[in-house]
Amino acid sequence: MTQTDLTGAKALWATLAGHGITTVFGYPGGAIMPVYDALTFYPEVRHVLARHEQGAIHAAEGWAKATGEIGVCLATSGPGATNLVTGLADAMLDSVPLLAITGNVARHLMGTDAFQEADITGITLPVTKHNYVVREVEELPRVIAEAIRIARSGRPGPVLVDIPKDIQLAAYHGEIAVPHARPEIPTPRPEAIERARELLQTAKKPVIMAGGGSLDAAAEITALARAWDIPVITTLMGLGAFPSSDPLWLGMPGMHGSVAANRAISEADVLLGIGLRFDDRVTGRVSGFAPNAAIIHVDLDAAEIGKIVRTHVPVRGDARAAAALLAEGARKLDLPEWRAQINEWKSRTVEPDHWGAGYAVKAVVDRLRPDDILSSDVGQHQMLAAQLARFERPRRWINSGGLGTMGFGFPAAIGAGMAEPGVTSIVIAGDGGFQMTAQELATLKKYDVRNVKICIINNSYLGMVRQWQELFHEKRYSEVYLGDSNPDFLKLADAYDVPGYRADCAEELPEAIDAWLADPKSALLEIVVPNEHGVFPMVPAGAALSEMIETEPPRAPTPGIERNAAAEEAKQP
Amino acid sequence: MTAPLDSEQRDHLVSALVRDEPRVLTRITSLFGRRGYNIRSLSVGSTEHPGLSRMTFVVTGDRGVVEQAMRQLEKLHDVVKIIDHSLEKFVDRELVLVKVAITPESRVEVRQIAEDFRARIVDVGRHALTFEVTGDEGKITAFIEQMRSFGILETMRTGRVALTRGSNADIPSHVYHAGETEALRPAVDGVEPRETRAGGVPNLF
Ligand SMILES: Cc1ncc(C[n+]2csc(CCOP(=O)(O)OP(=O)(O)O)c2C)c(N)n1
Repeated sequence: MTQTDLTGAKALWATLAGHGITTVFGYPGGAIMPVYDALTFYPEVRHVLARHEQGAIHAAEGWAKATGEIGVCLATSGPGATNLVTGLADAMLDSVPLLAITGNVARHLMGTDAFQEADITGITLPVTKHNYVVREVEELPRVIAEAIRIARSGRPGPVLVDIPKDIQLAAYHGEIAVPHARPEIPTPRPEAIERARELLQTAKKPVIMAGGGSLDAAAEITALARAWDIPVITTLMGLGAFPSSDPLWLGMPGMHGSVAANRAISEADVLLGIGLRFDDRVTGRVSGFAPNAAIIHVDLDAAEIGKIVRTHVPVRGDARAAAALLAEGARKLDLPEWRAQINEWKSRTVEPDHWGAGYAVKAVVDRLRPDDILSSDVGQHQMLAAQLARFERPRRWINSGGLGTMGFGFPAAIGAGMAEPGVTSIVIAGDGGFQMTAQELATLKKYDVRNVKICIINNSYLGMVRQWQELFHEKRYSEVYLGDSNPDFLKLADAYDVPGYRADCAEELPEAIDAWLADPKSALLEIVVPNEHGVFPMVPAGAALSEMIETEPPRAPTPGIERNAAAEEAKQP
Repeated sequence: MTAPLDSEQRDHLVSALVRDEPRVLTRITSLFGRRGYNIRSLSVGSTEHPGLSRMTFVVTGDRGVVEQAMRQLEKLHDVVKIIDHSLEKFVDRELVLVKVAITPESRVEVRQIAEDFRARIVDVGRHALTFEVTGDEGKITAFIEQMRSFGILETMRTGRVALTRGSNADIPSHVYHAGETEALRPAVDGVEPRETRAGGVPNLF
């Protein structure tokens, strides 16, 4: 289509709209004002004003993680752009398709240290899949189209496009680029599939491990596992790639993985990994990871194969195609001993039965319906949620796995909730992490978002750090106590017209959860829990998965904690 | 991780055909830096294709390290094609300028050696001669070694440049990530089954 009287800024919106982008999260500023001005001519695109650029980009990530479609965010130059860095790094490590658009100073000012100038393409080079500075207005639609293609193709990731202000204002005379076709997905080589199949056929102790790259192959992986009768482990990022209700599911592997998952990996003779990158939080000490297993690794990204663990059968290609091919010609493996062993490990799972963070998280996640989205922030509550929540389908679990970004959960839940207004978007956060992006309560208010349910597990500590200090630093609780300075979370929510609920003990919990979920508005639930609980099982950093501590070690009563808490408080003015 | 099959540390001569865009050099060197691969030499220049440059670099490491480096490079949008010359036949050259101290006594001998190496004199001073030598790395190193006893004042090497032998030409830029289909070849060939593997598993490679 040829259009007249366009500017660069209008060409940008026309291109985005042409790609089916309906929602953009952002925050304005001087160097992006022409784009915000042009927005008023494009009512088909909704702009969501966050209260901090970090909130905007995590919301865009939440949108992308829930839908599998690209998330888009917008920021001004300098400080606006640098506020996106954390989200870009987060999206990079978790392979989230994301387009970040930043304004910059006019071309003639670039490189002069002009007001609010930052070399954002230089700054974000290591945390983006690719980035651009648009140098001519004619290039703008093509660059945007290419950026969207790069963000979505292969292993998805974030792409940043920096647009100087004079280009936003310049007259644009070209056509608006038509959207690129969906990128081609490499299909695995038949020899590789054949080798993998041969290996599976002879396996005595096989296990499938599915990661974040397998989420869109959930149906195929489920069929594959059932056809061969092979147990499935889903990583933190892969939760939902296989239904939790299936008896073949073993839970999550790694540092806070289940007994069954970690023991099965340690004993397996064949490990089929699909769409995962063997993160060190998953493998534990690499030399002790799956020491007896021949490893088949299916991944779209050739650079991931053999990067961390020795791979016996590399299968380069799309997880869906690979899983479907591997299911063909499957016959059920008859492995009663392996099955019995696995059932014994599964029976060792202890569910929290007395009041504490785990008990509270379980009470909340037990209320999840299959379509509900559960996000988490980062910390103990995250690991508890990952251990205790049950997912029947993919893209219902949203969290920051690779970067472990505190402050991620709440804005991500807003993004996911806005993407799917018909479902409930629950976020579990710690009292620490929630405060990193709590200002996004304003976003709920401004857009009258009604389906976001915030649950704060308040243990008065930076719990996960406290747990490490307890275990590895002789209980020296250095700078982790929050209890003396936390806000009244209900008052904070109330300040933004968000209804609040609180539970202080097990008895109060069911009623509080009911009221919180039944509230017609987005609402906040604070659950006040004892502060000294740890997350177990746990594989200490640097240990092998087989060296897992299965249950919380018996502890002396907690004078140490009380004393330290008191000492922390005494230090305050 | 079990010890890599080919754990020998050696130099790998790698060429990359890259889009001639701003920051392409930074992108590539920062990738190397971040992942801890050391570049021993690097040369960059334009090619017969407008918009494409060729980089030749020498990376030191075992085969696993170099393969990983190449796969990471291959993912960059700017990178059109990568060749590890150690897997095929190639020609390579390096140019060096060497300033050698001379005395009236050594002058003749220095010139004689330079002639043997087909080194050209590019500057003549009272106490020094500057030579230009072109050749493969071995020749250049040998020349420098020969001159060392006379006293080397300064050297400047360009870094190696290389081309594959034969009549094949570069793949044009529209074949994006041309190496993709071949990307796993070395890994398949280079991987051995672990001895610890459970019985009954066929030896695949
Ligand atoms: C931005 C950021 N800063 C610091 C950390 C390190 N960190 C990881 S977990 C954690 C404690 C989280 O505490 P809280 O949010 O209260 O959750 P809890 O562990 O108590 O459930 C910290 C500080 C991080 N992951 N991200």
